[in-house]
Amino acid sequence: MPAYFNFAIKRLWQFVLVVFIGINIAYVITHVTPIDPVEQSISAVTSFGNTSPEAIADMRRSLQELYGLKGDWIEQYISFWRRILQADFGPSLSAFPAPVTSLIARALPWTFGLLAFTTLVSWSVGNLLGALAGYYRNNRSLKFFGVLAMALHPVPYYIVALSLMIVFGFIWPVLPITGGSAMDVQQGWNWQFVASVFHHSVLPALSLIMIGIGSWFLGMRSLVSNIITEDYVVYAEIGGVAQSRMMGSYIIRNALAPQVTGLAMSLGGIFNGAVITEKIFGYPGLGTLLVDGVYAGDYGLVLGVTSIAIIGVSLSVLVIDLIYPLIDPRVQVAS
Amino acid sequence: MKRIIFDLLKYNNEFRIGVFLILIVMTMAGLSFFSPYPPNDVFVVPPDAPPSADYWLGTTSRGQDVFWQLSIAIRNTLAFGLLVALLSRVISIVVGLSSGYLGGWVDRVLMAINDTFIVIPLFPILILFYFVLRDSMSTILLALIMSSLGWAYDSRLIRSVAMSLKTREFTGTSVFSGMTIFEILRREHLPYVLPIIFSTTLNNMNWSIGLEVTLAVLGFMDINTPTIGGMIYWANQHTAIVAGIWWWVTFPVLTVVATFVGLYLIAVSINEYIDPRSRLSRMGGGQS
Repeated sequence: MPAYFNFAIKRLWQFVLVVFIGINIAYVITHVTPIDPVEQSISAVTSFGNTSPEAIADMRRSLQELYGLKGDWIEQYISFWRRILQADFGPSLSAFPAPVTSLIARALPWTFGLLAFTTLVSWSVGNLLGALAGYYRNNRSLKFFGVLAMALHPVPYYIVALSLMIVFGFIWPVLPITGGSAMDVQQGWNWQFVASVFHHSVLPALSLIMIGIGSWFLGMRSLVSNIITEDYVVYAEIGGVAQSRMMGSYIIRNALAPQVTGLAMSLGGIFNGAVITEKIFGYPGLGTLLVDGVYAGDYGLVLGVTSIAIIGVSLSVLVIDLIYPLIDPRVQVAS
Repeated sequence: MKRIIFDLLKYNNEFRIGVFLILIVMTMAGLSFFSPYPPNDVFVVPPDAPPSADYWLGTTSRGQDVFWQLSIAIRNTLAFGLLVALLSRVISIVVGLSSGYLGGWVDRVLMAINDTFIVIPLFPILILFYFVLRDSMSTILLALIMSSLGWAYDSRLIRSVAMSLKTREFTGTSVFSGMTIFEILRREHLPYVLPIIFSTTLNNMNWSIGLEVTLAVLGFMDINTPTIGGMIYWANQHTAIVAGIWWWVTFPVLTVVATFVGLYLIAVSINEYIDPRSRLSRMGGGQS
């Protein structure tokens, strides 16, 4: 157990470091650039109509307080961190006076649900198919899937989502292309709402899975085709170990470890994809919130979503890292 | 080098398809030098014309010829991807080689920072950059920002090779013959990681072009420089899909997909070439 404890401490430290560096990048971007975010916000708000000079001066003062632009840079830095740690990003400018935190809290379950579902599906299905394709190398349909995965995998999320939207929104309009649920359905735990949520999430989920599945498939296939030439597999084959057992405990079990590490490493990228997909399909999650926040010049909202994204992604990576020893027991033995 | 390419063309289907796609895309980009219209001029041709003998890929609602617009756009997009890839290579080579060779606390510190950059979701950070810079955001600036963010994954790859190079005999010989660390890394180790660097360059180009397209489509970039993403952005602004001007969206999308698949296939086949086991099995010399 002390081995696992050491391992966990190391991972926890890495988590703290990721959050620290990430939040510092956000701080540097917003504070060291020559452009004043307060002036930016004000010009974004006042460009829509006439605002009296007094109101602008008033707004400038309150914005400076809100974003901690008062005092020297040490004070600013400390108050910036205090805001992040208290999860207090002030009121949202675009949805005034709702606090940013409550907007994020409303959007978070949507993004989390979509991401957790699609990542789980594409990871497990991609790995399973990849393992089969690596083992049965001459299977026709698996070979075809490989070609498909290879063609689809490098295409960015945006293009896939746009194509799906054109196909299912305009050419063959059978699926809803915008929103998280039907407008006329009461939100809550009733059957109609849940069904509507599923119906609306088909296209965003499909585009995320289509992109995600390819890399797991290709990775697993090459891992497995390397493993089956290992001596212990050849020996087990000669020894007459049942094929299902070979597959499960000899091949997949060993190939899975790098794939779990890969999952932890690619979570940031998967989140990036979700941001874009949500925006395209008008899904009411963090991505839509972030992009709309930029359009509306809502500094607190953009900063809030960015910080939550950094913390959320690194927290998920931490969770995956902590369950990693279950798959790879070598961690418990090593120093 | 010549022989490697010849071998790949002879034995590797993926490489052939990849090279073919990239050649088409590069020809397209090269044609932009002969464009009859300045790239930023609008209403130089009749708007909304479908593809025809006069306008091969049709014209946009802004009165631009899609073909010539596309050629300058793909040129800019490729140049952007190449710039990001080359700049970020510098960081990943320096970090990867020195971390792998020096080991110890240097390695631990560098890899802790490295892993941080792998994990952090970069897209919100890029959006934050745009949010602060707004109109001062230029293509060159975005390339600089992205190359300082997108090196981490590849430097881990380079490090793993450098670690095994360190235990090889010739490294010891170089140390005893009095070479400095810099000389060892540059003259002895760098040649060994070059194939990997090449394939990661292609993958990195895909990554940066994908992000550039996405940012531009959302309007989070300098949209007056014609790029593929910029073209799709303007098409969306004029609701081209709903208005039935499909050629405005379809051709940029096809071109960029050809770029992605082409670069990816070349990168994959080079990776396979580096790994001797898969090369043997492909040439019929392996066991299976």
